[in-house]
Amino acid sequence: MWKPEPSLADLRYTVEKAGLTPETLLTAYRQMCLIRSFEETIADRYYIGKTPQFNMAAGPIRGEMHLAVGQEAVAVGVGMHLRDADAVVSTHRPHHHALAKGVPADKLAAEIFGKVTGLCRGKGGHMHLFDAEHRFSCSGIVGASFPQAAGAAFAFRHRGEPYVAVAFAGEGAANHGTLAETLNAAVLWNLPLVIVIEDNMYADSTPKWQALAQPHQFQRALGFNVPAYLVDGMDLIDVWRAAKEAIERARAGYGPSFIEAVCYRYRGHFEGDAEEYRTREEVERWRQLDPIPRLGERLKRLGWADDATLERLRREAEEEVARAIAFAEQSPLPDPQEALVGVFR
Amino acid sequence: MTRTMKGIAFAIAEAIDQEMAERSDIVVLGEDVTYWGAVFGFTMGLHQKYGRDRVIDTPITEQTFFGMACGAASVGMHPVVSLMFVDFLGAGFDQMYNHIAKNHYMSGGQFAMPVTILTAIGGGYGDAAQHSQVLYGLFAHVPGFKVVVPATAYDAKGLTISALRDPNPVVIFGHKLLTGLPFLPFEGQEEEVPEERYTVEFGKAAIRREGSDLTMIAAGLMVHRCLRAADELARDGISAEVIDLRTLVPLDTETLVASARKTGRVLIVDEDYRSYGMTGEVSFHVQAGALDALKTPIRRLAVPDVPIPFSEPLERTVIPSVEQIVAEAKALLAAGARA
Repeated sequence: MWKPEPSLADLRYTVEKAGLTPETLLTAYRQMCLIRSFEETIADRYYIGKTPQFNMAAGPIRGEMHLAVGQEAVAVGVGMHLRDADAVVSTHRPHHHALAKGVPADKLAAEIFGKVTGLCRGKGGHMHLFDAEHRFSCSGIVGASFPQAAGAAFAFRHRGEPYVAVAFAGEGAANHGTLAETLNAAVLWNLPLVIVIEDNMYADSTPKWQALAQPHQFQRALGFNVPAYLVDGMDLIDVWRAAKEAIERARAGYGPSFIEAVCYRYRGHFEGDAEEYRTREEVERWRQLDPIPRLGERLKRLGWADDATLERLRREAEEEVARAIAFAEQSPLPDPQEALVGVFR
Repeated sequence: MTRTMKGIAFAIAEAIDQEMAERSDIVVLGEDVTYWGAVFGFTMGLHQKYGRDRVIDTPITEQTFFGMACGAASVGMHPVVSLMFVDFLGAGFDQMYNHIAKNHYMSGGQFAMPVTILTAIGGGYGDAAQHSQVLYGLFAHVPGFKVVVPATAYDAKGLTISALRDPNPVVIFGHKLLTGLPFLPFEGQEEEVPEERYTVEFGKAAIRREGSDLTMIAAGLMVHRCLRAADELARDGISAEVIDLRTLVPLDTETLVASARKTGRVLIVDEDYRSYGMTGEVSFHVQAGALDALKTPIRRLAVPDVPIPFSEPLERTVIPSVEQIVAEAKALLAAGARA
């Protein structure tokens, strides 16, 4: 849901009304740069050993790889409102959500490289990332995140804790029965749950107009009387505002909300995807809406940053990623015998 | 103090009650867990005592309430979840086998998954192919579930308390014909059960009857049918040992092997499907530890790889009966000793 660029007067009004400060937006900008740099660096390392012949098992990073370049604003716009004790349940495309939740980039990278210093000591991998300290988890099974986040929300409500759970999922997952079931349960039990649908237009290779009876997801939530937002997922400010309301509502005990963020992934569903299902021109059109320069331009128009500031934030983020990747690359692999322990506690 | 108890249903409910009274982390979720006590009685009386905040009737959405159990466990709750009939696992198995069973391992040990699953198993009362299965072999096959099959009320209470104190996913398979509920046949025994709390350790099989001519290995309802078969065999001068596995995971191979070495003849009896299941697994362990002591090849009796049919004579044909067990035992003894 692309929304036109506001005039400077309207932009000023919007950020003021939302309570957005220069500090918040500069932090958001840096966070998005961090995710962008992380994903692009992972892509770079992923192809080591995989060219010219693409072999998923070769190179320092094995297996499938689903990157979220282009979807940074959704993760950051939501994540900035969350505390460590809030829970996030993510998907097979989880890095941006993890970083936005505060999962340390070095342990995240190390897990993706299968190293013993990784979040899960190398047992999870890129689609199965867990960080108990930041209450972050994810699942490679489409549609699995909704009820799990609802379960964490149930525990928070049951214990009278002021915490919120967020389920991320794609528009493809929105077709899964778990969404309807979870919406029903979340209303029934007034759960502090925020469901965020990242509509990036494609479920793997299937365009949404081939798989969805309705062009939008928020209607599904309205059917359960769940407050729903349709936001421009390529616009940090739009996501941030909706997420603020939704998360504050949940934290205050007013139950679930639903955010549909229309966005776009610039890379394939997975690395190695030949992308027969879309044109280069389409990708280029969405590049015009790249959330990072878009926020950067607004910061400049507001007079909250100049090019040098943006460049410094970008460089800081890139340096943090470089350190994380170096940590991952230099870390040892797990002892093979570790594979045989840890099924039970 | 003990009192006489008929069946496993009240024993399981009492175990949950006694743990819930002392712990705030336990909540009970599932279909019909309030008025109907999860239909097969495993949660009876809890709702009256703990109210709807802790004993919660869910919508008929297995994948969602098992997913919620996973999420709640990941932030420190201990959900007790009812899967009314084990046959319904297909409606929610993804959350069980891909998440509840794996998250501890996949997270490198960060996330405990203390989830206790209660489910009713078995046939013999005319409920046919989608409401009479056992299916514990499916759970036992996937790493990450402890698989508990109580045959007695004493065990049901003690094993349930162990499950509620276990930081891992535990599935308790309660046989419908052992519940002791008035609307079902009862094939168990009335027995003395302590009023106070106690635990029964996982991974310890029970020798329910000592014998010297053959060993019969079973779980749940089949333990009782083996005991009745042993009574009949005794009338023919045959001394059968009967072993109750109690838990399939962990499996007490030591007791099985010791008994096999003692009697030299082993019959495994199972109400689950025959192929790729409990009988094959148990016989592997028996031969691995006792091959040199076996006088004849191991025999097994299980549901012969057909769905459970409805009509009484059909159902009786596929679920191992006392008569079939006796016949198998005699066939085992008739088989010539190995040279």
